[in-house]
Order: sequence, then C-alpha cells, then structure tokens
Amino acid sequence: MTSPVELSVRVNGASHQRSVEPRLLLSDFLRHELNLTGTHVGCEHGVCGACTILMDGEAVRSCLIFAVQADGHELTTVEGLAAGDDALHPLQTAFREAHGLQCGFCTPGFLMTLIPFLRDNPTPSDREIREGISGNLCRCTGYQNIVQAVRLAAERMAPEATP
Amino acid sequence: MKPAPFEYHRPGTTDEAVTLLAEHGWEAKLLAGGQSLIPAMNFRLAQPGVLIDLNNVEELAYIRDGDVGLHIGAMTRQRSAERSELVAARAPLVHEALPFVAHPQIRSRGTIGGSIAHADPASELPAVTLALEARFRLRSPRGARSVSADEFFTGLFGTALESDELLAEIEIPPPADGAGWGFAEISRRHGDYGLAGLAAAVQLDGDGKCSKARLALLSVGDGPVLATSAAETLLGAEPSEEAIRAAANAAAHRDIDPPSDIHASAAYRRRLVEVLTRRVLPRAFDRARGVDLKPITHEA
Ligand SMILES: Cc1cc2nc3c(=O)[nH]c(=O)nc-3n(C[C@H](O)[C@H](O)[C@H](O)COP(=O)(O)OP(=O)(O)OC[C@H]3O[C@@H](n4cnc5c(N)ncnc54)[C@H](O)[C@@H]3O)c2cc1C
Ligand code: FES
Ligand code: FES
Repeated sequence: MTSPVELSVRVNGASHQRSVEPRLLLSDFLRHELNLTGTHVGCEHGVCGACTILMDGEAVRSCLIFAVQADGHELTTVEGLAAGDDALHPLQTAFREAHGLQCGFCTPGFLMTLIPFLRDNPTPSDREIREGISGNLCRCTGYQNIVQAVRLAAERMAPEATP
Repeated sequence: MKPAPFEYHRPGTTDEAVTLLAEHGWEAKLLAGGQSLIPAMNFRLAQPGVLIDLNNVEELAYIRDGDVGLHIGAMTRQRSAERSELVAARAPLVHEALPFVAHPQIRSRGTIGGSIAHADPASELPAVTLALEARFRLRSPRGARSVSADEFFTGLFGTALESDELLAEIEIPPPADGAGWGFAEISRRHGDYGLAGLAAAVQLDGDGKCSKARLALLSVGDGPVLATSAAETLLGAEPSEEAIRAAANAAAHRDIDPPSDIHASAAYRRRLVEVLTRRVLPRAFDRARGVDLKPITHEA
C-alpha cells in the first residue's frame, strides 16, 4: 500500500477526489494538487505555523498531517475565508487596517489560527491574544500590530456572533 | 516529498491495529496525532516501513469517569482533554498542565496516548501521570495488561511497550481527601518544551501533616524523574516555609543529575528546579487545605 490511496475531501465547500501517495503531506496536497497556494510552508516540522488550516473547524498544522488522513474531512484554507473575490473577511480587513502584516508570508497561518480562537473567545484580553498566537512565527511585524489587529477584529466581530 | 515511502494501514478497531502491529513488528509504527512522529519523518530521522494510523479507531477516543478514577482513551486529543470538565474536576493536575503542551494547533491533533508513549523527557504528561500514580492499559494480540507509571517509563524515550503492544487507556486515580496539586514549568517561549518543570501531587492528613508527596520533574533526566529525597523531607512534617525550602534544595541537589545542552546548563536547571519547587509546593498544599486557586499561568 505504498501505492496511491483514494482520497475524498471537502475544501472550502468544494469536493475533491484524488488518488495520492500516502506520504504526501496535506500542505503539499493543498498547494500542488489543488493549487491552493495561500497555505504557506515554512519549517515543515510544526514550529512556524505558516501552514495552519482548519480541519473540521479546528486549527491544525497541515505539514503534520498526511493528505490521506484528510479523507472524509472538511477543510478550510485562507482562500475560503472571504465571501467573494472582491470581499475580505473582517479579520483580514482588521489585519490590513492595523498593519498586521508586512511581507505577508505568515499571515494565512495567523488568520486560520485566529478564526477558531475568536470563535471560542470573542472578547480576548491582550494576554490571551498573545497566548493564542504563540504558535505562529512572524519575522517582520514584531507582533504588536498583529495583536492590535486581533483586538480590532474582535471589537468588530463581537456583536454578531461568530464567523 | 519529505518523508520516505511507507506502507499505509488504516484499521477501524483496536484488535485490527494490534494484529497489524504484531504482523509487522518493529518495522511498523503507530500513527496517533503525528505531532512528534511526522516531524521526525519529515526530517527522515524516522523512516518506518509501515504506518498503522489509529485515527479511525474511534473506540480509543473517550473520557469516562469510573470507580477507580478517570479513564482516558489513548486517542483522546490533548485539546479535548484540555476542554473537558470531567478532566478539570477529576484530574485537575492534568487540566492545569495541558496548556503547557505545545500550541493549540498542535494540541488539536496531538493525543494523550501519543504523548505518553513517546515519553519525551521534556514532555509534561509523562511527569504528570507519574506524579498522579496513573496506570496504563496496554493491548496486544496476546491480551491486555496494566502497568503503573513507575514501571512504564524506562529511560530516554523508553517505555514498557513491547513491539506488538499499543497503549490503549490511561487510568488516573481520583483526588483523595486532603489532596493538593500543582504544575509549573519554565520555557524560553510559551509553548516550547520546558527547560525544567514540576508536577506535584501531595496530601495532608487530619493534623495538617504531609502524608504523601510525589514530585515529578521534567527535562532534567532521561525521562520524568521522581524527586524522592525531596518527598522524604516533606513526609510526616507540616509543610512550613522551611520544610518547603529543604525539599526544594533536596530536589535540586540530590534528586537529579540534569543534562547541559544548548537550551540550558545543568547548574541553571538545578536552579530552576529549586525555584519551581518553591513556587509549586505552597500552592499544592494550599489546595490540600481546600483553598481554591487559579492555575499558575504560563511563565515566560
Ligand atoms: C512545535 C512542537 C512543539 C511541541 N511542544 C511540546 C511540548 O511542549 N510538550 C509536549 O509534551 N509535547 C510537545 N510536542 C509534541 C506533541 O505534544 C505530540 O503531540 C506528542 O508528543 C505525541 O503525540 P501524538 O499523538 O502526536 O503522537 P505521534 O506523533 O503520532 O506518535 C509519537 C510516538 O508514539 C507512538 N504512539 C502513539 N500513540 C501510541 C499508542 N496509543 N500506543 C503505542 N504507541 C503509540 C508512535 O508510534 C510514535 O512513536 C510538540 C510538538 C511540536 C510539533
Ligand atoms: S510549515 Fe507547518 S508549522 Fe511550519
Ligand atoms: S509579515 Fe512577514 S513574516 Fe509575518
């Protein structure tokens, strides 16, 4: 069974069937098989958080899951956040307005980490925000503006329940 | 592709999993959350010929209360245990320690059983289960056996697991009357493996004297280390400030032989153990006296 395995997965609401080698990482599957290159790959050993996506609504490292393990599961990548091509998710808008990114390499991972974070804790303290993003590395911003972006997003998103 | 090729199996039951394990022996690896195994495979430090994926074995994911304590199925995600009210009530030390295990994204995938079977000396759960005198239920095609945490951890990444055995369940005794607990660790960045950490389970008798003390340290030896001489200084005594200072001294200078590595020198680790003991024990004994305390939040 090193031979290809059938895989059926829903990504951002669309179904995909593929036949893949068991050792293909989910991050590479998303990028190379589905051309969803918004999921970035930094360290490929779980440290940087750039590859974070949602699996059944929870944030996970896509570099530490084999694509075949996503069979039958529901995935969301950064491409699935905004409602349409010209729209941004409120969290994305907050990142843009608060200068929560510079080069943007880390941003998809931060966003996908923060979606379940704000769902579970819609009014986080600064300390909780810092703890919430502690599994994501950013080489540019110094994190201050990311924390501000989260605060801004929380303020805007709070009244109407969760995303 | 980063990992080397492997043969992939996806059993649906524990029986199927251990049958496959027996068939393939040491060549095979069980895949739980993959949060330690897949990084090692991505580096090709691990190149198992056969992977037996436990993620479809639903019967191994549960948290149940029972007469002898809490039963946690090995495939329970660390994040589910962290959120479980049952764990918070019946195994508060586990609840207190879980946020120190890596990051939320890793805990949503990583399992309780995987962390214990992996037996990283810097891991929180081996130390916590050792402090709590947990028992582990192991399964193989030959049957089942139950092993105490004291017997289970056998050295650097070493456990009592045989090549055809799977860790099926963790059994945690319920907190007794007069029981107290506490966990703290020090790491460079929140979520990193600790440079040193302490899981403590203590008990006070009716006279306010210490009748039990299990202090399990992490990151200071080949596996979780029980600070036995520190415990001896406490037993039978009132846990005064002085007694706690003596215990901290014993833990740091008699109970451990910590490594020096790029993360910390041995001398610094001894210092951390002393400080952690002096931080954790007063809280543990306060809890034993019935004082309700919030956990010590993550130390940077
Ligand atoms: C960036 C990063 C930081 C981390 N920081 C920490 C930390 O601070 N503290 C910490 O404790 N951990 C940390 N981890 C590790 C994480 O907690 C892992 O989830 C855990 O150590 C292993 O659990 P798993 O379910 O992912 O097991 P896997 O990675 O799937 O397996 C680990 C090993 O255990 C074996 N195994 C798994 N389940 C069983 C079973 N039921 N029976 C027998 N053998 C089994 C596997 O065959 C393998 O050899 C970190 C990981 C990463 C990537
Ligand atoms: S690429 Fe997955 S965590 Fe760095
Ligand atoms: S914006 Fe460049 S890494 Fe974060």
